[in-house]
Amino acid sequence: MAARTKGFAIADAAPAARQAPGVAVSLRGLEHSYGELRTIERLDLEAPAHGVLGLVGPSGCGKSTLLELIAGLQEPTAGDVELDGSRDRPDRLARCALMPQRDMLLPWFLAIDNAALSLRNRGVRRRQARDEAGLLFERFGLAGFERARPAELSGGMRQRVAFLRTLLSGKPVLALDEPFASLDAITRAEMQAWLAKALGQDPRTVVLVSHDVEEALYLSDRVAVLSARPGRVVEQLSAPAPRARDRDAAVTDPAFVAVRERAMQALRGTR
Amino acid sequence: MRRWLLPVLVLVALVGAWQLAASSGALAGALHLEEFLVPSPAEIASALWENRGLLAENAWVTLREVLLGLLCALAAGLGFAVLLHLFETLRRAVYPLLVASQAIPILVVAPILVVWFGYGIGPKLAIVALICFFPIAVNALDGLRSVDPEAVKMMRTLDASRRQILWRVEAPTSLPYVFSGARIAAAVALIGAVFAEWAGSDSGLGHMILQDNAQLQTARVFAAVLVLAGIAIVLFALLALAERRIVTWR
Repeated sequence: MAARTKGFAIADAAPAARQAPGVAVSLRGLEHSYGELRTIERLDLEAPAHGVLGLVGPSGCGKSTLLELIAGLQEPTAGDVELDGSRDRPDRLARCALMPQRDMLLPWFLAIDNAALSLRNRGVRRRQARDEAGLLFERFGLAGFERARPAELSGGMRQRVAFLRTLLSGKPVLALDEPFASLDAITRAEMQAWLAKALGQDPRTVVLVSHDVEEALYLSDRVAVLSARPGRVVEQLSAPAPRARDRDAAVTDPAFVAVRERAMQALRGTR
Repeated sequence: MRRWLLPVLVLVALVGAWQLAASSGALAGALHLEEFLVPSPAEIASALWENRGLLAENAWVTLREVLLGLLCALAAGLGFAVLLHLFETLRRAVYPLLVASQAIPILVVAPILVVWFGYGIGPKLAIVALICFFPIAVNALDGLRSVDPEAVKMMRTLDASRRQILWRVEAPTSLPYVFSGARIAAAVALIGAVFAEWAGSDSGLGHMILQDNAQLQTARVFAAVLVLAGIAIVLFALLALAERRIVTWR
């Protein structure tokens, strides 16, 4: 593994004061294929610093591959992936944290140690890593669950721990792969509001993949609708702003509903 | 408690039937054997008691061979598995040979090892370690390779080094596999130790069985076999206990 970087020297800073530097993501003329199979074709997308870019599209349209390209886990076949002006794969790996589709909590670690994984990887001592993660547990509604085993947590709780794990990496770019796909509708709505709040308090540049148009629009500043494989951008929509604080109010706002329907139409066209 | 009841009943019934058949002489008659060649459970039990000192002495010899051999196999097998896991080319080069090596009947090699290394503990350790190595190495390797690739990707984006991925993700994932390999190894370790003693030794339960058999001391042979079975059961129980204490997340 060539790309071993020390990440960012954020571990020492007080978490409340921590502000990830703004980093823009830019994809230009991006192409990717696995051998003969073309997964992504001539893709151009931008996410401004601290902006949230949503990606929706039919399954198998290369959304997860796109996140892996951004996170520096893969190289494009052609075109550029730029994070903060660098196309280097190790730089991307150092600047982006991935939250995979399933929570991937490690069952042999306590919830708090799962959240603190990136700190531990960077050599922070366990005590200090737990202290730092503990502050976020309190801020994000997980107080009291620090010493729980992942198996003892509900789906929503697990997803929160997984997100905190991603956030605690201190990386300026977060790649979220259908973070709430496995949750029931009510927990999911709760988690969307929770995530919006979390990003409000600790803004990062986010690339969010979702199969749920409403979720993508609610959480993102812009949503790109991707075509079936090979994936390319069919339409880009701006989420209506400003959004109501309350999630239910936001997603039932007529302006929001109108954009959602346009996105749905674009998505239907991809089939 | 409940789940033990039926097996215990079956065991009692079997031993009882054996006792009746042996003490009435029916079993010896059916086998066309002298009665003293077919000991009853009661006779075996008294042989066990009367020879407790001798059995304990020899059991200790065999147990030492088994435990040390297992330890060697664990160290070598786990080290080997990690190496093969870390170096893909090495794995591709060596793994097929490892599997093919199972065609060699190692127990049959025991006499050669005795010729080479003499009557001491050396050849016994070698035999036990050799036959235990395979189940441990293969299971550990399977375990290391069973890791969810998504977890590895996640770790990589969280700044994990290759070593951290190994210790924090792959090693814990492989632990249940290692334990099932160790269970298989523990079972074959006893067989290996007995065979190694048969090939040449001056003590141990295998040695004792061979001598008693030649002297038609059948009750004592059975007593030695019982002690061997007892050792196996204790080893299994200890491994199960260790697994429960260590693999707490399952």
